Amino acid sequence: MTELLKVVGLTREYPGVRANDDVSFSIGTGEVHALLGENGAGKSTLVKMIYGLEKPDAGFMKLRGGSYAPQNPQAARAAGVAMVFQHFSLFEALNVAENVALGMENPPKMRELAASIREVSENYGLPLDPDRIVGDLSAGERQRVEIIRCLLQDPKLLIMDEPTSVLTPQEVEILFKTLRKLQSEGTSILYISHKLEEIRALCDGATILRLGKVVGDCDPKVTTARAMAEMMVGQTLHVPSREGGETGEVLLEVKGLDFAPANPFGTKLKNVSLTLRAGEVLGIGGVAGNGQDELLSVLSGEARTGKGAVMFDGQDVSHLGPNARRKIGILAAPEERLGHAAAPNMSLTENAALTATIRKKLSKNNFLNWKKTEDFAREVIKTFDVRTPGPGSAARSLSGGNLQKFVIGREVLQEPKILVVNQPTWGVDASAAADIRQALLDLAARGAGLVVISQDLDELMEISDHFAALNEGTLTAPRPAKGLTVDEIGLMMGGAHDMEVAEL
Amino acid sequence: MITFVKRPEPSKAWTIATPILAVILTMILGGLLFAAMGKDPVAAIRTIFWDPLFNEQFAAYSRPQLLVKAGPLILIAIGLSLGFKAGIWNIGAEGQYIIGAITGASVGLALYPLDAWWIFPLMVIAGALGGFLWAMIPALLKTKFNTNEILVSLMLVYVAEQILASAALGFLRNPEGNGFPGSRNLSQIPAMSNPELITGTGAHWGVVAAFASVVAAYVLINKHMLGFQIRLTGESPRAARFAGVKDKLLVVFCLGAAGALAGLAGLFEVTGPAGQISIDFGAGYGFTAIIVAFLGRLNPIGILLAGLLLALTFIGGELAQFMLGLPSAAIQVFQGMLLMILLAMDILVNYRVMILKKEAS
Repeated sequence: MTELLKVVGLTREYPGVRANDDVSFSIGTGEVHALLGENGAGKSTLVKMIYGLEKPDAGFMKLRGGSYAPQNPQAARAAGVAMVFQHFSLFEALNVAENVALGMENPPKMRELAASIREVSENYGLPLDPDRIVGDLSAGERQRVEIIRCLLQDPKLLIMDEPTSVLTPQEVEILFKTLRKLQSEGTSILYISHKLEEIRALCDGATILRLGKVVGDCDPKVTTARAMAEMMVGQTLHVPSREGGETGEVLLEVKGLDFAPANPFGTKLKNVSLTLRAGEVLGIGGVAGNGQDELLSVLSGEARTGKGAVMFDGQDVSHLGPNARRKIGILAAPEERLGHAAAPNMSLTENAALTATIRKKLSKNNFLNWKKTEDFAREVIKTFDVRTPGPGSAARSLSGGNLQKFVIGREVLQEPKILVVNQPTWGVDASAAADIRQALLDLAARGAGLVVISQDLDELMEISDHFAALNEGTLTAPRPAKGLTVDEIGLMMGGAHDMEVAEL
Repeated sequence: MITFVKRPEPSKAWTIATPILAVILTMILGGLLFAAMGKDPVAAIRTIFWDPLFNEQFAAYSRPQLLVKAGPLILIAIGLSLGFKAGIWNIGAEGQYIIGAITGASVGLALYPLDAWWIFPLMVIAGALGGFLWAMIPALLKTKFNTNEILVSLMLVYVAEQILASAALGFLRNPEGNGFPGSRNLSQIPAMSNPELITGTGAHWGVVAAFASVVAAYVLINKHMLGFQIRLTGESPRAARFAGVKDKLLVVFCLGAAGALAGLAGLFEVTGPAGQISIDFGAGYGFTAIIVAFLGRLNPIGILLAGLLLALTFIGGELAQFMLGLPSAAIQVFQGMLLMILLAMDILVNYRVMILKKEAS
């Protein structure tokens, strides 16, 4: 295998942090190479330099033996390097072909472009109609627009940043088929992910980054996921374990709930039913934007629903607001940490008062006891190993993972009877994520019922007793999580769009 | 190249330092403005900031004026600050101030010439209630129909001014006033007057109420659940709803409290320093109080100091008009500069200034 891209000693410093420190690795022609690392390990900075969005402070790159120092993404594309970003940059009101044309320096005539989009999409098993409006496409289809936009440039190196985070398992399979076909044609792929099983299935080589430095290379086909994870984290990984597992009485019952959110871009919940027993963890999967936020809001009490829709312990709680529900033991931790679960500019002490005044009795006659509140904030910080100078720090000064630990800890330490969490470990590093999952499992073992909404299927399989999926506002009937196959989960999540067409 | 880098958390030191720096910068730029107008800048700045308090010739008159002017400013600004903290923008305090004066004066004059100790307290209640009800118009329109409280409260100022004119010329006109517009002079009716409590200080009941409101607001904001909810709503409305804040009730409370305090200020003014309902009763306190609230960083103690400072520029400004012949527009520009500079310097609280070497490209 000849060498396509060689990166030598790349260093990039930002004020106060060295994002990349002497990073070297190489990708062979037709190789699928994984870039592994936790959030903040420097993966993004590295690919931004390769794609010409950032310039290295030191070090150099070679592409096919020649010097390669792209001044901007246009130069990178001209040299045959293309990138699919994690966040799409598409105009919803335009159709597929128009969106593709916008990204080109010299777009051909619309009709020719549409024809070549059709051709590429058929060649690579990525069904896509160039005339469809992007606003009507699913996340997976939008990603195809981005991929086809890249493929039209006939790239030598395709960079993919966390491509599977928005896909159902079936869509992931389609994507992998495409990538393997590209590989067989000699295109190299730099694949960024933290999903280790995917990397084992797809990649030929892997470079592992930690804190901006290369900490190792490995062949993912022969290295275990656990070994790779430990290289990423730099320590032995603790796998959450579950004690007991006996579930008790029915705590929460949702029956035929219909809910239209006030936000016009929200997802309507349709005929959602679920039961939750004491000690049970109900995992709810699904691609983002299928009603997760709305489900949390009707359970937390932020949104009120019709009579009898939400029953707690045999009593109708549909009309109760968030604080009335906290009083009886229903707590929630929303997905959006800054601005929903916590107020960015307020101190951790004040953020502790945000949800805990009732159950922790932090106020008397409506006067807050700040001393007691600060003690509680300290307790959360200590118990959940939140890295921060102290409870006086503003929430926004914490890293995402640390703030997430604080938010989850704040609810768990209130000993809820029911805890509803959305994306409990999103953007959290592996060891902190393991701690959070363990805390959730311990809470369930103490007899609480948990609803865990997440897009991380591995996480859900690890901690759930029952699994259900949200798909366009409807919830599938929960099934025992044990023994569910990936295919079954995929079908519950609504399957892949245009599956039949994809099978060439 | 100068860039601003966001601080991880707001700087406490800059929170205190920016108002002081803003005042100094305003003095410098204002001095330049006065110099451009051909006046001696040092003399002008001294006349505005120093002479009202310490000049032997004027201080005896102007020093009590400080509290007379600062009292209503502080009282109104405290009320406004509650709403501003929560992101509820009541721009119509001037109208609430006028209506408070009219309702309070009307209650008193309706009882004329009765003389009883309870008349003045009753007028105080009526004044507060008048301002409260006037503020309920934007509050209810906002909560019921989602109208913009900025527009509604502001427009109601002009309505209030028309009612004021009609009161001065019509239903409250002094029957013994020989046809001149304006009501009876309330400050000369013992049962209705709001006298200077300590001779030579200018302190009347309105000043007492202003100081009491500072203390009450301080406790509310820092210790009480409601104050916490107000701050939370301003910081992050979604987090506030998650914390169980009833946002509509909060709108009603914030507008209502601001209206009641503005109404009180109007009542104390009409029974004291102004003396009567007249066409030109609305002197702009309700608008200047917006500046006071921001200059004081929406903090009760800050508002107390800012109210005194603004009152000083009022008195000093008048003195400068009279002594140096500065046009009143120049004084207003000067006061406007103070707010603009303060808001502009706000960026230093949340951002650090960094000077970057230009990258070779």
